[in-house]
Amino acid sequence: MTILVIAEHDNKVLAPATLNTVAAAAKIGGDIHVLVAGQGAGAVAEAAAKIAGVSKVLNADNAAYAHQLPENVAPLVAELGAGYSHILAAATSNGKNILPRVAAQLDVDQISEIISVESADTFKRPIYAGNAIATVQSTASVKVITVRATGFDPVAAEGGSAAVEAVAAAHDAGTSSFVGEELAKSDRPELTAAKIVVSGGRGMQNGDNFKHLYALADKLGAAVGASRAAVDAGFVPNDMQVGQTGKIVAPQLYIAVGISGAIQHLAGMKDSKVIVAINKDEEAPIFQVADYGLVADLFEAVPELEKLV
Amino acid sequence: MKILVSIKRVIDYNVKVRVKADNSGVDLANVKMSMNPFCEIAVEEAVRLKERSIKEGRVATEIVVVSIGPTTAQEQLRTALGLGADRAILVESAEELTSLAVAKLLKAVVDNEQPQLVILGKQAIDSDNNQTGQMLAALTGYGQGTFASKVEVSGDSVAVTREIDGGAQTVSLKLPAIVTTDLRLNEPRYASLPNIMKAKKKPLEVLTPDALGVSTASTNKTIKVEAPAARSAGIKVKSVAELVEKLKNEAKVI
Repeated sequence: MTILVIAEHDNKVLAPATLNTVAAAAKIGGDIHVLVAGQGAGAVAEAAAKIAGVSKVLNADNAAYAHQLPENVAPLVAELGAGYSHILAAATSNGKNILPRVAAQLDVDQISEIISVESADTFKRPIYAGNAIATVQSTASVKVITVRATGFDPVAAEGGSAAVEAVAAAHDAGTSSFVGEELAKSDRPELTAAKIVVSGGRGMQNGDNFKHLYALADKLGAAVGASRAAVDAGFVPNDMQVGQTGKIVAPQLYIAVGISGAIQHLAGMKDSKVIVAINKDEEAPIFQVADYGLVADLFEAVPELEKLV
Repeated sequence: MKILVSIKRVIDYNVKVRVKADNSGVDLANVKMSMNPFCEIAVEEAVRLKERSIKEGRVATEIVVVSIGPTTAQEQLRTALGLGADRAILVESAEELTSLAVAKLLKAVVDNEQPQLVILGKQAIDSDNNQTGQMLAALTGYGQGTFASKVEVSGDSVAVTREIDGGAQTVSLKLPAIVTTDLRLNEPRYASLPNIMKAKKKPLEVLTPDALGVSTASTNKTIKVEAPAARSAGIKVKSVAELVEKLKNEAKVI
């Protein structure tokens, strides 16, 4: 059995989610190869070669792969991946965009966002916004799977010494082109990788009030998230949204401030180790999943919390 | 321009789901069903594109809405007709199909209808797969604009702004193309009573997978469906000081 893991990267840095995906591959067992598809991503390939447990890195360097356009990357992955037992990618926006296209090209069903490996062909994944867990078995010759990063502890980024092999294959479908991107800038840790997450909801009342959360987050070294209500109200940009349709997080500590706890939001954070809820409505559903609940006005409690930690 | 919109009948998003005692699945008996929220956004976007093209005096757009599912999915198709779709197609299948099977059936419909744009939701809130649009794009060979927060058609291409992990990305796709909708693309309208009445007279064609010549065989099998592990009950603290003390000494997370 040989497993192909698709590296998540921006041509410069290997994203941490790749380490969680390699961890899932290690649970399946067998040789692990990593594919770096990009342009000028040599440093990413070198970083991938150092990941513990990786035996080979395939580096496909081509202008057509520069922005991970699925029309070009999927044929590459399907061509290389046909000889593997499993193809794995992190369930990031890139992984979700590319992998189903690969699966359809290989004429196999995909298994999305697995949270555990039961055996080489059987996996667990959440359905209905995390309100049920399905055990799914695949009879496909190549098993195409996306991995929910928070379901697997990352493998060590150092310790491996895999060979890097250049891949010449070039696919340019010519049906799509990259126009531009606007990335939100932040000095705080990345939401999905942070040990502590502080999130605000509709109860924050406006975007300016998020400064209280930023101050608390900076003191704790935490990332700041938000509920859909806060995003839809325009308080914060949408890449901060935690939930079924946003990011899935599972930090050591999740502090929910002014968040009622709708099913949609819980799906994105209920695997956090410790959940703290601060809400003035003691009937809010968030208190049903919170380890520690504080019924209080957040505008008094958050500054006080910032002072005491 | 012809726009094909794919919609799915799913459990209403407000319903708290219950897993069946025999672990064979989720209990859907006597549960409220609705159009998948992302599909509502897809219908709305098609209707807005049509309204825009009429306003700008271009060739009238036709919106064809398709659903793959049980006979009862006709309700959701009628809803879409009430919102502004022109005609509907139901590919009737009583069994639960995988995303790949649905994509293959949609490919057959696309071959028949030859739309310039296909709009789907980014994921269904029951299976949470997030696969069908991408798979349909692979099968048709079209470009894909997934997780769209903005769609602008001009000439023979469409610019799609996509929600990605670090922010937003814009891609340009040659038509015909596939678009899947994200939450912020638009706010779906409600159907008015006169439009709901009119929708009853709009054409609704019923097909079968056999008639489309598509095999819905699957390589995936669901063995078991369980309720997630429940979190143990927490406690309410009385003050911020007590909270900090618990987090430091009991939970040891700060």
